[in-house]
Amino acid sequence: MQDTLKISGKDITNRLFIGTGKFSSYEVMKRALEASKAEVATVALRRVDTTSMQENILDYIPKRCNVMINTSGARNAEEAVRIARLAKAAGSGNWIKIEVVKDNKYLLPDNIETLRATEVLAKEGFVVFPYMSPDLSIARRMLEAGAAAVMPLGSPIGTNRGLRTKELVEILVKELSIPVIVDAGLGRPSDACVCMELGCAAVLVNTAIAVSPDPVGYAVAFSKAVEAGRSAYIAGIPCGKDPEPSSPLTGFLRNEK
Amino acid sequence: MKIKINGKHEEIGKKLNLAELILEKRLCAEHIVVEHNLRIVPEKEWAEVSLHELDNIEIVSFVGGG
Repeated sequence: MQDTLKISGKDITNRLFIGTGKFSSYEVMKRALEASKAEVATVALRRVDTTSMQENILDYIPKRCNVMINTSGARNAEEAVRIARLAKAAGSGNWIKIEVVKDNKYLLPDNIETLRATEVLAKEGFVVFPYMSPDLSIARRMLEAGAAAVMPLGSPIGTNRGLRTKELVEILVKELSIPVIVDAGLGRPSDACVCMELGCAAVLVNTAIAVSPDPVGYAVAFSKAVEAGRSAYIAGIPCGKDPEPSSPLTGFLRNEK
Repeated sequence: MKIKINGKHEEIGKKLNLAELILEKRLCAEHIVVEHNLRIVPEKEWAEVSLHELDNIEIVSFVGGG
């Protein structure tokens, strides 16, 4: 049986979600999405520059990809809701990553505003993915509010520092009945692999891939690491504590006393 | 007549409706969403929305983002 992540009727086989910011060009981004066989890509919404013609990023996202709209730029629940409604009106579907950040220094999410936006948007029929600090009580409230998954941060956005929130993410994985998708801060494929070994349903990576000297190659590396971590999780990870030989110690060239 | 487009005041010479404004700005209708005084206006209604002094227009489109 194929291992798929089911979200809102969609079967996702590749558990590496890719963010589309910071790439040197849409063409490079497109190649990274294609080469890694990503099935979920995030985009953001911004005011257009009315003085110049702009390309449409959606033209560069492979048809296979589900597009998830990020509400980045929102500073409170109301702004996030407004962005989500605009995105839906633009015909991009109804998958919304709620990102509410007031703090420009650390770029940490505001869990309370994010919860408020989740409550409103889930009621309106959006498939809601709240980006959050990994807090169990708030995550439970997100679930009650109708979130499709929770997206705890690994470390602050764009830092490539890896999974610094491991203990807390592990608790979310153990306690929640909805998918846990680590988002933000993952810098190396090994970071993504650890998340998957812990039982996370997916990871979302943007900066590390986009700013790599070879974004296409790095996206593929992440994809393989995610697959490896997921396979390990499914197989079951043995966690021995006391030393135990992996080869027999007896019956070799001497008599045991 | 003065209106606000994406947070900036702009002087438009004649009376326009939303469809005419989008055409004048040479924006591609397929790529954008337009909000008129906080109400999202579907493309098919653009021609019915005439602009008035101090109207607030937001025109947004998709960009790269994580």
